Amino acid sequence: MKSEPDERGMFGQFGGRFVPEMLISALDDLVEQSEKILADPGYQKELDDLLRDYAGRATPLTFAARLTERQGGAKIYLKREDLAHTGAHKINNVLGQSLLAKYMGKKRVIAETGAGQHGVASATAAALLGLECDVYMGAEDMRRQSLNVFRMELLGARCIAVESGSMTLKDAINEAMRDWVTNVENTYYMIGSVMGPHPYPTMVRNFQRIIGVEARAQILKAEGRLPDVAIACVGGGSNAIGLFHPFVEDDEVALVGVEPGGEGLQSGRHGATISAGVPGIFHGKRTLVLSDDDGQIFPAHSVSAGLDYPGSGPEHAHLREVGRAQYEMATDDEALEAFQILSLTEGIIPALESSHAIAHAMKMAKEMPKDGIILVNLSGRGDKDVDEVRSILSAREGESQP
Amino acid sequence: MSDRNIAMSEASGAAKTNRIDQRLAKLREEGGTALIPFITAGDPNMETTEAIILVMAEAGADVIEIGVPFSDPTAEGPTIQRSSKRALEQGTSLRGILQMVARIRDRVEQPLVLMGYANPVHAMGAEAFAAAAAEVGVDGIIIPDLTPEDGAAYLDPSRDAGIHPILLAAPTTRADRLEMLVKETRGFLYYVSVQGVTGARSDVADGIEAKVKHAQSLSDMPVCVGFGVGTPEQAATIGAYADGVVVGSAIVDLIEAADSDASAVDDVGRFISELKAAMS
Repeated sequence: MKSEPDERGMFGQFGGRFVPEMLISALDDLVEQSEKILADPGYQKELDDLLRDYAGRATPLTFAARLTERQGGAKIYLKREDLAHTGAHKINNVLGQSLLAKYMGKKRVIAETGAGQHGVASATAAALLGLECDVYMGAEDMRRQSLNVFRMELLGARCIAVESGSMTLKDAINEAMRDWVTNVENTYYMIGSVMGPHPYPTMVRNFQRIIGVEARAQILKAEGRLPDVAIACVGGGSNAIGLFHPFVEDDEVALVGVEPGGEGLQSGRHGATISAGVPGIFHGKRTLVLSDDDGQIFPAHSVSAGLDYPGSGPEHAHLREVGRAQYEMATDDEALEAFQILSLTEGIIPALESSHAIAHAMKMAKEMPKDGIILVNLSGRGDKDVDEVRSILSAREGESQP
Repeated sequence: MSDRNIAMSEASGAAKTNRIDQRLAKLREEGGTALIPFITAGDPNMETTEAIILVMAEAGADVIEIGVPFSDPTAEGPTIQRSSKRALEQGTSLRGILQMVARIRDRVEQPLVLMGYANPVHAMGAEAFAAAAAEVGVDGIIIPDLTPEDGAAYLDPSRDAGIHPILLAAPTTRADRLEMLVKETRGFLYYVSVQGVTGARSDVADGIEAKVKHAQSLSDMPVCVGFGVGTPEQAATIGAYADGVVVGSAIVDLIEAADSDASAVDDVGRFISELKAAMS
C-alpha cells in the first residue's frame, strides 16, 4: 500500500482541517507556497546542505551488540537521531519549516513545546536563519524543564508561559494557535509534530522521512536485507512516521509504534491515544484522541514529557485502521528500565521518549530468532532526562528502605 | 406538483419556521439591528444561566448565543477561556445544555443558537445531536472549527433537521471563498471583525465597514458582526451598517466580576438594555 492523503489532507477518515475560518486563508497560502518552494531546487539544496553540514546528517546506524546478546534473540539496530544537532530528530523538521518560513518572507516564527525539545530546536533554527522566535510552553512544564527554558533564551528566543487549562503541551498548542490567528500576516507557525490541520501532518512527515530513508539504505548495506520490524515511540508521532513511511510499501517489514502506557491503562494515567483513544476532533484534525463521553479532551500522562499529548498524528490512526502498523505500549516503569539498560550495555543514554521504543524492542527481540532484525529509532538523547530519572530513582530507593 | 416545486416549498416552509429568519426579517423591515448576546452555559452554574437568558430576552436581545464549553477553545481569548473552565468545573455538558434549553424554550420567544466546538458534537454523534437539538427547539449552531468543506458530515444533519448552521467569515477570507460562505451559511453570516481571538477591544478594526458592506452586497443573507465588540458605543457604530452585532466577552466579564449569582443576572440585564438603547 501507499500512504498519502487526499487533496483535503485526509488519510482515510483521519486528518483534514478543523480550524476557524480566520486560519483558512493562511493554510491555503501555506499549501500553495510550500508546494512551489519545496519543489524549488534552490530550497532543496539549501536544506540538504543544512542537514549535512549543520545538523550532522546522515546519522549513523549502530548495531547494539551487547543489548542483542543480553536479550538473546533478534539483532537490534539503533538509528541514531540522538546524534543529530540539538540531540533529537526535531531538528529535521525545524530546519525544513524555518527555511520555508524564510522563503515565504515571514520574519517571525512561533512554536509550542512540551518538554522543551521542539522549543530548543525551533530557537536553534531561528537563530541560524535570523528569525524572531516565540515559544509557548505550559507554566507547569517550564517549571519542570527550567534548563530548556534557559537554553531557548540563550538562543535568542522568548519563552512564553501558558497559564491556561492544564498548563502543559496541549494548552501551549492552544495558545500558539491563538497567536497565529492574531498575527497570521507576518508569523509562521512551526508545528513540532505530525499534528494540526492539513498540510502540517503531511509536511512534517515529509521533513522527517529522511530518518527512514537513511535507515533503509543503512540496514540494506549492513545486513543485505530489510529489517523484520521497525519500532519507534509515538507521542504526536513525528519520529515514528519519519521512520515508518519509507517502509510502508515493504510488506515484509512490520511497523510498530510504542505509546506511553504511563502507570497502566487501568490507572487512567497514560498517553495511549491510539491504543485506548476514540476518534475525535482536536487541534485542527480528526484523529484518535483521549476524550470523555461529553467530548472534553483529558490530559495525557507519561514519565516522558515529549509523549505527554492527548492526540496522535492522523496518519498513524489511519495506518492502524488499515492494519499496516500496530501500536503497543510501554509503561513508565518499562521505559525507566530500558533507559538504564541501554546506558549500561551500549554506553548510550536514551531520551525517556525513545526508551519506550527500546523497551518494546527488548521484549520483541527475546521472542524472535537470532537471525531476526529489529530496527529501533533512537529519536533523542537522554541528557535532558538525567535529573528527572535521578529524582525518580532516588525516591524509589528511599521507599524500599525498611 | 413537480419535485422541484416540492423542494422549493419545503425550503421556504423551513425558512419561515426558523426563528432566526423570522426575527432578522422583521428587524430588516423595521430598519433595526439585531443584538446578539453570548454567554457560556453553566458559568457560574446552570440555574444562573437560565435566569440570564430570560433577563437578556426581556432586556432586548434579538438572538441569544449559548456557549457550549470545551476543554480546548482555540478561538477564544482569556475571558471565554476562563468561563469555559468554570462551566466545565460545574460539570456542564452538551446534554445538560440541551435539557436546559428544553426547560426555558417556552418562556423565550427569541431564537436560541448554540456555539461551541466540534468534538462535543462528534462525541454525541452528529445525527443524535441534530435530533435532540431540534427536539428542544434550538434554532442555530455556530461551530468555529467546522468549515463547509471538512465539516459537512457534522453540519448537514442539523441543517436537515431545520437548525441553521451559521458560518464564519473573516477579514482574511478570500473573495471566492466569501461568496461560497454567503451561499452556504443559514440564518446569517457571522463576520469576525478582527483577525484574532474573541475578547473585547478598545478599537474596532479599520476597514471593517467596507468589508461587511461588501459581504452584504453579495446576497440577501444578513451579515452580523462579532469578536471584539464590548461597549454600547461600538455596538452602535457597527450596528449602523451591520444586520446584527454579537457581544460576548464583555457580558462574560460582567458575570465573572459579579459578587453573587443574582447580581450577575441584574448586571447583564442592565448591560443588554444599554446596548439596545445605544443601537436604536
